[in-house]
Amino acid sequence: MLSKVAERAYWTARYLERVENTARLIRVYDNLMFDLPRSVNFGWYNLISLNSAQEEFDDRFKVQDERNVVKFLLGDEHNYSSVVSSLKMIRENVRTTRDVVPEEIWELINELNLYVHDNLQQGINRRKRHEFLDGIIKGCQQIQGLLYTTMPHDAAWDFLRIGRSLERADMTTRILDAGMAAVLQLVDDESAVNSRQIIWGNVLRSQGADQAYRRTTRTSVRGDSVVHYLLEDKVFPRTIAHSLYIILVSASRLPRSHQLVAYLEELQTNVFDDVDYEQLGETLRDYLNDLQTELGAIHEKIASLWFPIYE
Amino acid sequence: MAINWKDYSSGDFFDEVMSSPGNARKPAKKLVSYLKSLSEEDISTRKLAAESTIKEMGVSFTVYTEGGNIDRAWPFDIIPRTISAKQWETAAAGLKQRLTALNLFINDLYHEQKIIKDGVIPEFVLKQSKNYRKECEGIKPAFGVWAHICGTDLVRAGDGEFYVLEDNLRVPSGVSYMLENRAITKRVLPELFEEVDIQPVDDYPSRLFDTLEALSPRRVKRPAIVVLTPGIFNSAYFEHAFLAQQMGAELVEGSDLVVQDDCVFMKTISGLERVDVIYRRIDDLFLDPEVFDKDSVLGVPGLMRAWQKGKVALANAPGAGVADDKVVYAFVPQVIKYYLDQDPLIPNVETFLCYDNKQREYVLANLDKLVVKPANESGGYGMLVGPHSTKKDRDTFAELIKSNPRNYIAQPTLALSTAPTLVGKNDIEPRHLDLRPFILQSKDTYVTKGGLTRVAMKKGSLVVNSSQGGGSKDTWIVDA
Repeated sequence: MLSKVAERAYWTARYLERVENTARLIRVYDNLMFDLPRSVNFGWYNLISLNSAQEEFDDRFKVQDERNVVKFLLGDEHNYSSVVSSLKMIRENVRTTRDVVPEEIWELINELNLYVHDNLQQGINRRKRHEFLDGIIKGCQQIQGLLYTTMPHDAAWDFLRIGRSLERADMTTRILDAGMAAVLQLVDDESAVNSRQIIWGNVLRSQGADQAYRRTTRTSVRGDSVVHYLLEDKVFPRTIAHSLYIILVSASRLPRSHQLVAYLEELQTNVFDDVDYEQLGETLRDYLNDLQTELGAIHEKIASLWFPIYE
Repeated sequence: MAINWKDYSSGDFFDEVMSSPGNARKPAKKLVSYLKSLSEEDISTRKLAAESTIKEMGVSFTVYTEGGNIDRAWPFDIIPRTISAKQWETAAAGLKQRLTALNLFINDLYHEQKIIKDGVIPEFVLKQSKNYRKECEGIKPAFGVWAHICGTDLVRAGDGEFYVLEDNLRVPSGVSYMLENRAITKRVLPELFEEVDIQPVDDYPSRLFDTLEALSPRRVKRPAIVVLTPGIFNSAYFEHAFLAQQMGAELVEGSDLVVQDDCVFMKTISGLERVDVIYRRIDDLFLDPEVFDKDSVLGVPGLMRAWQKGKVALANAPGAGVADDKVVYAFVPQVIKYYLDQDPLIPNVETFLCYDNKQREYVLANLDKLVVKPANESGGYGMLVGPHSTKKDRDTFAELIKSNPRNYIAQPTLALSTAPTLVGKNDIEPRHLDLRPFILQSKDTYVTKGGLTRVAMKKGSLVVNSSQGGGSKDTWIVDA
């Protein structure tokens, strides 16, 4: 497989995952806003800080309100992580790797792209937003489904898996961080217990993990338990442990990966050593920050091992 | 209101579908009666379905404009153009004959040049040919074939016969649109495929694969075949990607390849992998910066060396474009006679060579009636269409011809055939068209079943190039 194609397959998966995650995130946020008591001062702008996009946002918009935030995340072509930008990148990448992905992927991407462009206004206005976001998520899942049912498990497949898992892991750290930040903003009054539960519940929901969490942990929704689950559960597809495991498995199937595999194996054994579930708060936020840096380092290793060298 | 075929008339032009108002030609009978059964609303629905299919399939081509490159959806007319299988059989035999002779000719030019020594073609025609490459002299490509993929433009004139308008022997494009047009038509008019025996076109990618595979210099079980593209900004990128995908070949750019010890390798996740056959979609002059254009970043340094030493096959071979010259075109009937001792099965369009004093005088005196073409351009650029020209255009061309007569040919303005085409608010009007079949040659020779029909969408226009407002139709070879 061409190095260039490997790189494009990897990014296709990352952007595709980003589109779905962004849609999920906004959908959950809608819910969260309905459920939290009015006294809680919790804004849409958190979605911007969670994606480390404050600077880009502030360049584009003065008012940090719901409309602008949603517009920025869904439809802003200047935001390179927005849904429309990600779709554009997916299209460009698939267009240049059409020889390694199933043919129909190209059509589905075009369909999803047209759908988003034709209905963007619906997503920005609140009334039909839920329906619009559902459409995006379904579009992404249709593509994933097609990949699962028709793509041979060759090198391209492994690069897609690595890209998807790395993007997922990254998003999971960000969502946990956002949850933690929100909890820290709560004023300690009688509604706080309830609000904490709403926040952690929505963190789970944003990952589609609420049902699996309850079945696995058999406990109520509590911060330490949710954080533990989303970091360390081995079988839920969006946890850090599982994402790292998939990256490891796929990397070991690819050529010349001994060193990387050894590195990932080592990481797997000690990555959670520093988490103190008794002391969440800012300590956890620091830990998540380090974890994001670690994921960035894994990306660098993958790129230097398999992707083309740019002079 | 459904289509009223009685109102449809192509005037003096030969129409592909209708023989006279209200009467369909034999291969088109079922098509026309089916279209008659559709209401105007049905037609609109199908037209819209075609448009959205094209968008979903992402069929596009790139137009270069001042404001940057625009990816436009492929302009497509839903009414197919029909040709009888019997007539196509003769045309296909003629195309095979033509490419066989042209390959013998190119091979001769790079070896003994017998055809020149025997006085059939004047030496200066070759000497001044832009696409003659001295780097190719003495090279022996597999099967003696230089042009493996050829797109020959055919037109039908007022007499209903096919004529060859030009041969494209460098990097002909359009075949993916032929395949996509069929795929769209199957979705839009599925009922007709049950009733009419339409010859399938979709074996082309596997035929192309076989043609390329046979060229591999290494006798290995699965030679590595790649499609070399200039990249995403090329107007035919869609096609390059499409063909690579259909053949299961790697789509590469120059930067993905490297030459070591005169062998070509591609950069893969496992390191370097040997390449056997390159279906190159970049022009000769960009192939290798060590030999041709020094500034080319599209090519691969050392590629020509690898090819000359027989370590890699290039399709088409460098230098094949020498037979693409429009002056050489005028000699093709003699070329066929010389190498095959046969008369051409498909005639050329009458052509005046401006280097010949007598013919040039005729051309200069009749610029308003003729089409003047430069010998080595493609894509319909740099042409003068006499009847649609201004006095100023004609004066410019007169000067051009006088200053470089070898570089110009002229042909009568052709009465190109027409076919019914949907225009405006679903009205049906005749539009001019041509046909580009594709011919493959290495171990075997193959001709597509039909080809790409290009349509001049503007009323009365004869320019069918997609870069200049042309569209296309599906082409049906019908057993009738």
